[in-house]
Amino acid sequence: MTSLPTPSSNQKKLGLVIDLDTCVGCQACATSCKEWNTQGYSAPLNDRQAYSASPEGTWLNRIHGYEVKAPEDEQSRIVHFPRSCLHCEEPACVTVCPTGASYKRAEDGIVLVNPETCIGCKLCSWACPYGAREYDYDHGVMKKCTLCVDRIYNDNFAVEDRVPACVKACPTGARHFGDLGDAESKVSRLVAERGGYDLLPEMGYKPVNKYLPPRKRSSEKMKATPSEPETMSEGKSRVDDFFRWADRLLSR
Amino acid sequence: MTQPKIDTSLKTWDEIKTTTCYMCACRCGIKVYLKDGTVKYIEGNRDHPVNKGVICGKGASGIMQHYSPARLSKPMLRVGERGSGEFREIEWEEALTLATSWLAKVRSEDPKRLAFFTGRDQSQGLTGWWATQFGTPNYAAHGGFCSVNMAAAGLYTFGGSFWEFGEPDWKHTKYFLLFGVAEDHASNPIKIGLGKLKARGVKIVSINPVRTGYSAIADEWIGIRPGTDGLFAGALIHELLRNRKVDLDYLARYTNAAWLVIRNPGQADDGTFARNANGEPLIYDAVIGRPLSAHRADTSPKLIGEVTLVDGRRAVPSFMLLAERFLSDDYSPAKVAETCGIPADTIRRIAAELAKTAFEEELCLNIGWRDWAGRIHDKMIGRPVSMYAMRGISAHSNGFQTCRTLHLLQIILGTIDVPGGFRYRPPFPKPAPPGIKPAGKPGQVKPNTALPGPPLGFVTAPEDLLIDKDGKPQRIDKAYSWEAPFAAHGMMHTVIANAAKRDPYGIDVLFLYMANMSWNSAMNVAETTGHLTAKDEATGDYVIPHIIYSDAYASEMVHYADLILPDTTYLERWDCISLLDRPISEADGPADAIRQPVVEPDRDVRPFQTVLLDLGARLGLTGMTNEDGTPRYPGGYADYMVNHERSPGIGPLAGWRGKEGVFHGRGDVNPKQLERYIENGCHWFYELPDHVKYYRHANRDYLEWATSFGFIGRPDPIVFQLYLEPLQKFRLAAEGHGAITPPEEYRKRLITYFDPLPGWYEPLEESLRDHKEFPLHAITQRPMAMYHSWGSQNAWLRQILGRNWLYLARSRGEAMGLSDGDWVNVISATGRIKVQVKLMDGVNPHTVWTWNAIGKRSGAWALAPDAPEAKKGFLLNHLIAELLPERDGGYRYSNSDPVTGQAAWYDLRVRIEKAEDGSGISAPQFPTLKSFGWIAGRRRA
Amino acid sequence: MHPAYSVILFTTASGAGYGLLALLGLVGFNHGRASSLWFGGTALVIALGLITLGLLSSTFHLGRPERAWRAFSQWRSSWLSREGVASVITFAPALVFGALWLGFLDEPRWLGLAGLATVLMCAVTVFCTAKIYSTLTTIRQWHQPLTVPVYLAFALATGAVLLMAIASVFGLYQIFQAGLAVVALVLTLVLKILYWRGIDSDPKTRTIEAATGLARQGEKVRQWEVPHTAENFIMKEMGFVVARKHAEKLRRTVMILLVLAILATVLTIPSATLAIPFSVLAFLLAAAAAAVERWLFFAEAQHVVSLYYGTERA
Repeated sequence: MTSLPTPSSNQKKLGLVIDLDTCVGCQACATSCKEWNTQGYSAPLNDRQAYSASPEGTWLNRIHGYEVKAPEDEQSRIVHFPRSCLHCEEPACVTVCPTGASYKRAEDGIVLVNPETCIGCKLCSWACPYGAREYDYDHGVMKKCTLCVDRIYNDNFAVEDRVPACVKACPTGARHFGDLGDAESKVSRLVAERGGYDLLPEMGYKPVNKYLPPRKRSSEKMKATPSEPETMSEGKSRVDDFFRWADRLLSR
Repeated sequence: MTQPKIDTSLKTWDEIKTTTCYMCACRCGIKVYLKDGTVKYIEGNRDHPVNKGVICGKGASGIMQHYSPARLSKPMLRVGERGSGEFREIEWEEALTLATSWLAKVRSEDPKRLAFFTGRDQSQGLTGWWATQFGTPNYAAHGGFCSVNMAAAGLYTFGGSFWEFGEPDWKHTKYFLLFGVAEDHASNPIKIGLGKLKARGVKIVSINPVRTGYSAIADEWIGIRPGTDGLFAGALIHELLRNRKVDLDYLARYTNAAWLVIRNPGQADDGTFARNANGEPLIYDAVIGRPLSAHRADTSPKLIGEVTLVDGRRAVPSFMLLAERFLSDDYSPAKVAETCGIPADTIRRIAAELAKTAFEEELCLNIGWRDWAGRIHDKMIGRPVSMYAMRGISAHSNGFQTCRTLHLLQIILGTIDVPGGFRYRPPFPKPAPPGIKPAGKPGQVKPNTALPGPPLGFVTAPEDLLIDKDGKPQRIDKAYSWEAPFAAHGMMHTVIANAAKRDPYGIDVLFLYMANMSWNSAMNVAETTGHLTAKDEATGDYVIPHIIYSDAYASEMVHYADLILPDTTYLERWDCISLLDRPISEADGPADAIRQPVVEPDRDVRPFQTVLLDLGARLGLTGMTNEDGTPRYPGGYADYMVNHERSPGIGPLAGWRGKEGVFHGRGDVNPKQLERYIENGCHWFYELPDHVKYYRHANRDYLEWATSFGFIGRPDPIVFQLYLEPLQKFRLAAEGHGAITPPEEYRKRLITYFDPLPGWYEPLEESLRDHKEFPLHAITQRPMAMYHSWGSQNAWLRQILGRNWLYLARSRGEAMGLSDGDWVNVISATGRIKVQVKLMDGVNPHTVWTWNAIGKRSGAWALAPDAPEAKKGFLLNHLIAELLPERDGGYRYSNSDPVTGQAAWYDLRVRIEKAEDGSGISAPQFPTLKSFGWIAGRRRA
Repeated sequence: MHPAYSVILFTTASGAGYGLLALLGLVGFNHGRASSLWFGGTALVIALGLITLGLLSSTFHLGRPERAWRAFSQWRSSWLSREGVASVITFAPALVFGALWLGFLDEPRWLGLAGLATVLMCAVTVFCTAKIYSTLTTIRQWHQPLTVPVYLAFALATGAVLLMAIASVFGLYQIFQAGLAVVALVLTLVLKILYWRGIDSDPKTRTIEAATGLARQGEKVRQWEVPHTAENFIMKEMGFVVARKHAEKLRRTVMILLVLAILATVLTIPSATLAIPFSVLAFLLAAAAAAVERWLFFAEAQHVVSLYYGTERA
């Protein structure tokens, strides 16, 4: 299965759209992911030496923080940046897999690892530019985002809950889930409107997940003309002027 | 090979139970997935009014909180010295008998020798009542070092407040100012709201020395110098007034701007409101040409102009005083720019933006409503500017007045409880301030007797203080004394130091719940542990003879207590999130909720609230005992939640009252109430009809409805107190007027800081430190994923953040030759720590900061003794002084807001010096605590 | 990249084994049957032993070694799978060749063909191994035109030196063995130096700005908060980068070892009595050079993902 499925003409491409303008870096998506996937299809996601001096664990979603400064900006901005599998259209992590455990699903494009056949050679993680795959040292197999394949089609959930755990959790609504193969879908429209972009497009992996860039800030949004600066020490006349203005009849 | 078939409809659970999160004070609704009685997954409850289905980073880690190895497993009695960690496990009966014997003795001799303080308590409706029943005034939760400045400033000013008592109108607002809110306070409600604003493209301005979290996504970041927000807001007010951008109609209608203030310098009535024979304040009617009662609807009040009263005294509308203050040069943008670290142009621009939004983008909802005087209005006009503020304002010693200034800014723009503005959450608004007075005056604390009222309330005059005839505080924390007259949340941070110094008196029992007072909730750790272990030289006994502590986890505090009552985790208990406590209501209507046990404890632990009711019954407290002496609530807290009535028809839970469960708000006890809550996802939300969703301070239909629900006593309008007469009464007392006057050492302080007008003064500690010697402000923020939670032992969260660094401005760091990971000594006037730095751009250049409460004491929380939390992590607490330097007369005030007593831990000033590090370990280090992990481990196996 | 000892041992041991095996195949092709059963048998056992040792050691790198057989299935897309398949297939011609060469099978007509097939399969296997690395576009230092030649050259050189050493032990030392070894070692040294020059001069075009996509208008991007203070797989596996200064030292070590191996090889020429110690010494030096080179091959490699963790360029 390491060879990629041949895309159909109206290939479904399920994925996430992550709004970097709205993400506050709260880690809700990361821990919700950990929590769901430690008992769902990827179960369990290991934690080792959890209470020791050097804990470590397998996570499928990591939240970075960057400072971004344009040459003309006076101030840097902090951008929170969730990073997980982008379910690429050309996933080398799949094609390098010697066993076929890594595969891209034909029906929706989700990239998965079959935990029953993975031999834990880790080559797929080397082939991924995005660091999306984390090895599970306890179980000897590779783990990665499943796009909550065990949620999004799960008949046991109400329809509105059939979204990845990270999307369900996100308090600011910075994560969107949908079919990026359908130009009319909500996520595709968001990408079109907001200039959603690919990570490292030059590497040719053709990520399905898109990132919405931080919007232009402040001055654009509000155009009020500030009043002229006052001269100092005019306090008395300033007060008197104001009183004259405010001293009018009022009824209530 | 074909693509493997996978089961996409896995059902990994056999049961889903709803309950309420306890990872912070937001108290979101959660759904807990269970398999064979173990917790598998926790998600947000989509139907819940607070979180609407979302969950935060820590809420989703609740499972690791629940299964933490740090959980206590059995009652313990100390057998070694305090701090040694030597305990023996005892049975509950022995524990409760012992606690009862200590408490009964105190109660029969002098109930105030019990200090009962309850940290992050979410059951203050019960704990406060228990204290009342016991008869001790020495009760409070953690608000004294958290948010009392916000709560008090709001409640005294407009009968609501930021935080739990109100929220921005996320749906309609068009301009949002966020003051001093870092990553937290609140969590999901703010995040949901910010998400809505982002979706609508609303401009968000964050005023904060640090640009992380919510500030990171703000459209504009104003990296203000800590403690100067009041000055900045004052300059905005200055600009708005100067440019005539104020809503005078709103001021005249809903505030005391027109109330006449007597000008009689040096006399007892100076600065008080002119009142008629009925005690009603007066306004000057411009049409009739004479003073009339402010309570009349049919007047034309003047806001400007001195008048002569019938008795010849001179008076002016309070608005004149206000306008004079804020129009003065002191608040001009050019004058404040340097102090605030904000260019004057920026201040002028923000003011213009506020004015433009409020007055040119006026919002109109076509909803008719009836005002307090019965007049019908056919629409609701909104000024869509909203604001929110929290810790960065509250934790300064000028926080009360700063917060008042923010409310003034909101009010002159006409944005309180209007569409697009800041909305109350029922049961608020309440009268400004609410009419409850604190109990505990001399004569009210009597052996074996309940207090005549609750221990916490709202002081409005010196007569309300809890002091004796010599002015000596009656409460162990000195709340409601001359030192902190408006200490509406008590002053938990002073209890241990005062008790250890027997100032104002010694106590016999310190009873704490869920409060890490020997570590991150202590103003100064080393001093506090010293107080907890201090012995009486004469007797060799501990100065605080008995310490009872209840907690679910092996926190640092456990080691300093004598008797440990292990609590359950939040998933193992009944709880009520009650309107009698800190509510979880939405602006659209009141809400409350319950916790139900979703799993049974696997340890010998009991929910604290049930234990408290048990102790109450054993002590024979009236409310907790039947006439025949049997326990009133044998079914524990769940029994109390259903059957307790605070007043007829009003109980801890407002939903489904009455025998049939058809009444809401007020109604008889419903034996099936909890079943109804569980059926409804463990919460109750009562959405108000549209015509009572705004203008509720003056909306007659709302006020009448709120009266019927018992939220307020009478359907009177709530008049915003821009000019706060109670403060003036304290000033007058300090000038020697009235029957109750302060001792000499307090007079200057009261005269200085009890200003009836909002305004700004330099934070106290700062004003006393040499700014050259200590050029930097040092503050903390709580990381979002650990905000308000008992967090560091959480197996997942500690992987994300298991240690902290000191962040400082890149420019300053580079100038000092520092780069990421270098060690520095951070030195304050009273302490020194050694920590690692990181440089960043998004911080005020005069400020250093770190994540709070990441540092843990070695050995605590069942973590390895060499855990990064202990060896790399650190607290700023070691640098903070409990007391301010000596002032005239040698007296040392506590490091608190002079009005409310709020702990001023953001006033800290420091300097940093590069340190040569050999050890790679942060300093100070304390001896490793004996770990209790093994106890929990044994029981879990 | 984290230099895993199992992988270093695998690639160096199997490299020497395949080099030796290929040379034996060539000898068989050229000269027919082995002149000495003991020499031929020993050489073959050593070659196949090194290959087997390498393959076994590579399974220590696996999380689920018991499933290693699955790795033969995806030869259509995966170089790792191809390597596995090739390594196993190589045993077939190699064993046939061995039997023919040592005379267990008496079919001289087939000896040359079997020898050539063995040579070919050895080359293919080492080629596949090298391709695993050179096709990873995520790691600039591996995605280089010289990665494959260097792997092949090291296999040939270590194999040649080993052949010389075994031959000398069996008293079958011949100058052309030394000549071949010197040529292979010099080639290896030259290719490796060119490889290093290549990665040093190859501009680090991937930046933190590009990785995050946050700098489309010339912004500067810097990491401000780490995503986790605890370790994780990514940091351990891909966060490992040897310090520049240290790498320089190790590069010099590799070069010196190779030069010394060449010298030792040359010193085998004058005296038959010194051929044994010098050829063994040459092998040890070449093997050490290969091990250090392979460690450095990983340690100098910087994965693109490090950009997300704050590296400015990779």
